[in-house]
Amino acid sequence: MSEKYYLGKHFMMGNHAIVEGALMAGCRFFAGYPITPASPIAERMSWRLPEVGGAYIQMEDEIASMAAIIGASTGGVKSMTATSGPGLSLMLENIGLAYMMEVPVVIVNIMRGGPSTGMPTLTSQADVMQARWGSHGDYDMIAYAPSTVQEMFDFTIKAFNASEKYRTPVMILGDQVLGLMTSDLYVPHKEELEVIDRKIPEDGLEDYLMYDSKELIPPMAIAGMGYKVHMTGLTHNDKGYPDVSVVAQEKLMKRLKAKFKQNLSNIIEVEERYTEDAEIAVACFGSESRSVLNAVKKAREENIRVGIFRFKTIWPFPENEILDLSKRVSKIIVAEVNLGQLIHPVKENADPDCEIISLPHAGGAIHKPEEILAMIKKEATS
Amino acid sequence: MTKIKPIITERHPRDKLLRTDRLPHIWCPGCGLGKVLGAYGEAVLKSGIPVEKHAVVSGIGCTGRSAGYLNVDSYHTTHGRPIAFATGLKVARPDLEVTVISGDGDLATIGGNHIIHAARRNVNITVIMVNNFNYGMTGGQASATTPHNARTTTTRYGNYEYPFNMPFLMRAAGATYIARWTALHIKQITDSILKSFENKGFSFIEVMSPCPKGFGKKNKFREGIHQLRYFESHSYLADEHDLTEHAPSMHPDEDLPIGEFFADGGRIDFLSSQWKVFHKDEK
Ligand code: SF4
Repeated sequence: MSEKYYLGKHFMMGNHAIVEGALMAGCRFFAGYPITPASPIAERMSWRLPEVGGAYIQMEDEIASMAAIIGASTGGVKSMTATSGPGLSLMLENIGLAYMMEVPVVIVNIMRGGPSTGMPTLTSQADVMQARWGSHGDYDMIAYAPSTVQEMFDFTIKAFNASEKYRTPVMILGDQVLGLMTSDLYVPHKEELEVIDRKIPEDGLEDYLMYDSKELIPPMAIAGMGYKVHMTGLTHNDKGYPDVSVVAQEKLMKRLKAKFKQNLSNIIEVEERYTEDAEIAVACFGSESRSVLNAVKKAREENIRVGIFRFKTIWPFPENEILDLSKRVSKIIVAEVNLGQLIHPVKENADPDCEIISLPHAGGAIHKPEEILAMIKKEATS
Repeated sequence: MTKIKPIITERHPRDKLLRTDRLPHIWCPGCGLGKVLGAYGEAVLKSGIPVEKHAVVSGIGCTGRSAGYLNVDSYHTTHGRPIAFATGLKVARPDLEVTVISGDGDLATIGGNHIIHAARRNVNITVIMVNNFNYGMTGGQASATTPHNARTTTTRYGNYEYPFNMPFLMRAAGATYIARWTALHIKQITDSILKSFENKGFSFIEVMSPCPKGFGKKNKFREGIHQLRYFESHSYLADEHDLTEHAPSMHPDEDLPIGEFFADGGRIDFLSSQWKVFHKDEK
């Protein structure tokens, strides 16, 4: 089957850029359910997947969508779903299943105003904590936060790579602004991109173990290879067999946690601009960082020593990077389109001498640059 | 008292279909679930499809543990969601023979939405629903197949709801192979599973099974054998017409319609329909 890609320069919607990034990363299965403002992802997937030899299926709800992509991925096919807040709420139980079974999948959340039905057509960044803590039990999440249409494409490839490399569900936290924005996109040749595929055991190994605790990330046998694997959401042993005991739980959870802990520097990505001499830093992510950058530039014109710290990955939380920043600046303003979520891990990890200030927004729009500039000026003079 | 050691004289021909290193299983004495596993194993061996091309997906509950005992690629998923999981696996990997084995609580109750949509799509999987008429693993609560007036730990005064008649529901939703048997009908279950493997589309097999610990003890079936005797004396072979009658009532005055209710090769299956649409421009 031939694979069709649309290379070169485009003027494309953010949601569509995610689709193109996913296909480039090797995604060949998508299961989803319509929801504003994420539907353009499913719509484009429905006609693009056949062009690359993949399969699209619209499921009966988001619970089924999440279950279906895990099923497809156990068959060795890179899989993705996309939704918004209410749909993500329905996916949470099965996100835990993917984490426990260690099945690579990518989940896109194009955030909209909440709680509940909230504001389907307007933006928010209020699902940041849900992404990390929404499913029950102790688990970890890798979450990317793109801020441009190009990053919607680029970070989707990173998300697939991370999920395959670490055998874990990975989330992309976009929002209504980014999802529906149309902007420049460059689609390079596949050869120019780094695409990572999960490690699969060689055929016919005598001693293969699906959850070999001697390895941090054991290779994953896929259905039909002859390994007769068993995967379960129950606490399990190295073979994948249920072992509901204190000992097995500790052993499994330790390795699962270590997958992230030992790879923090490989996963975490942040960006700093204008921070070399800054006294104040504005910490932000996603669409909000576009306004922040504008405000910081304006403040610089007025000789205010302010910089921007942007989370490209939100989870795992960049603890060391925030600590390091907090030792260089005297104040960190956390600008986010929610009523104060990411400010908590920032506070927890910052140097106690650094003042942490919240710039919240109830949602529906991102901050105007003037609002951020006003806050910067106030803090620069107080 | 002298201790009697069990003597294992030979291995059973279906042993290779079981994860013998996981035995003994967790199921109660008198439970019918082992029969269903046996029938599935027999069907896999007879199917002519290589064992490594078979996959089993289960949900949560007593029957949900089936995946953990079968020596094929097996996935023990979340409560109510094995059909959605299996749909993803099958659509992504059409070369695999995917079977869901789960209970009535999992498939007819919490997973009710998924089973009707899978039947509507006529997606190419086999669903074996073991109906024990209650939630056995959690201590015998009422499910969507608990008969009217039956007693469970949540219907002490009798069930004031009415159960699903699953084959009838499956017929309405679009399944293309539908059968119902009891745990006594091993040969028939095996044949039905083989026909399901051959059926291009969604196949549904209900197996009524004794549950002495959950359903039985509160409904005058103290031992597994009592419920099996009821199955033996009350079941009769029915055809499609009888589907509308009533759900199994487990009542001494009412019969149990069983049989192969429906087989229709005429309705296009999900994978063929998808292929046809994707390739409609090709000649
Ligand atoms: S509770 Fe019922 S269904 Fe569950 S193992 Fe015991 S007898 Fe079988």
